Amino acid sequence: MTQHAATITIDPAPAPWRRTGSKRRMKQRAVTSPEQARRLEALVGLIACHRDRNAFIELFQHFAPRLKAFMMRGGADPETAEEIAQEAMITVWNKAEQFDPSRAALSTWIFTIARNKRIDMLRRQVRPEIDALDLPGGDDVPPPDARLELTQASADLRGSIALLPPEQRQVLQLAFFEDKSHGVISVELGLPLGTVKSRIRLALARLRGMVEGHQP
Amino acid sequence: MTADLDLLLLDYASGALQEGPALAVATKLALDPAARADMRLLEATGGALFDGVEPEAVSESLLDATLDRLDGESTRFALALPPDDEARRLLPAPLWRYAPRGLDGLQWKQWGKHVREATLPLADRRYRATLLHIKGGHGVMRHTHRGTEYTVVLAGSFHDEDGRYGTGAMQICDGTIRHRPIADEGQDCLCLGVLDAPMHFTGLLGRFINPKVRF
Repeated sequence: MTQHAATITIDPAPAPWRRTGSKRRMKQRAVTSPEQARRLEALVGLIACHRDRNAFIELFQHFAPRLKAFMMRGGADPETAEEIAQEAMITVWNKAEQFDPSRAALSTWIFTIARNKRIDMLRRQVRPEIDALDLPGGDDVPPPDARLELTQASADLRGSIALLPPEQRQVLQLAFFEDKSHGVISVELGLPLGTVKSRIRLALARLRGMVEGHQP
Repeated sequence: MTADLDLLLLDYASGALQEGPALAVATKLALDPAARADMRLLEATGGALFDGVEPEAVSESLLDATLDRLDGESTRFALALPPDDEARRLLPAPLWRYAPRGLDGLQWKQWGKHVREATLPLADRRYRATLLHIKGGHGVMRHTHRGTEYTVVLAGSFHDEDGRYGTGAMQICDGTIRHRPIADEGQDCLCLGVLDAPMHFTGLLGRFINPKVRF
């Protein structure tokens, strides 16, 4: 995928490589800004085209702590969470050329990698070797300008999730953070399966409506 | 049934689905662009939630340890290749590695004159996945299920008491449904079936067959 190299100029990284020792507890904003998201995407391009280790280091600094936090929210202990974060980052390095910014936001791509690592490592389970985002293009290949749309859409999606009623957001969080099926969620919340199902349906209908409403 | 598909798609997107139903969903995704669009939305939702987590500092040594492992192993991530042209034509990509020697390389069991079935090698023994081939105009005996049965139509179409299912359609049946699927006239029907408990044949003949149904 040479499109990365052709379109992207990247400033020398301002990030402090290998910040040693000092535990500067900068109050980081957890959510990635659109500019930051574009920079991170560009880093994946540099890895894909040039096997650029500095780009990897910057990407690691951004995502490894998030991956660790994500795994710990799912119940992994800190060591296992770091192990999965490491495996996920190695997969990012190996699969960088498969990342297509016109098809998915980087955080989504990395989420799917982390999800698959979690399945492989925590459950030691086989899963079918396919991801929706990996499927070869067909009638659903996005138009060339989809990329800008996507950056906006993923920002909108974050906003829409925040606006969901708390009980609907809760089921999505349990599903995605804790890797729980809708059946398990109903047991844990002590709610009838039908209630959980309707919360999930309402949440999805709302998000779908938002995404469709966004399309030109 | 589409409402239940939503829930299956969510479980797949979050990673909670076991191998058997995950194979049915992956196959459905390969055949159905609308389901793929829904999956993109769900995965984007997962991505947005992931993006919002409060970062957790990693150990000082993790970066160096990770850098040491880059290029260390030649893990290339090639998708499985179709075993032959027939498999490429009839089987969606998620099924290829379950039929490594193509359709003819599977062990087909004949059920009567018009129906044959081959078991796919799932690693997770709690589920059973099969390919079911039904000659056009013929059907599977009336049966019900102790667990849940997921059926994805790979080629042709079938109908039962509930409706008609064309290529790419997915039917989810639980124990409350008793049905007799019949392939539509004119074309053979090939389906992927995933079961989490044995089928239970109803009717007189069923009494003789049920004990022989291996799970």
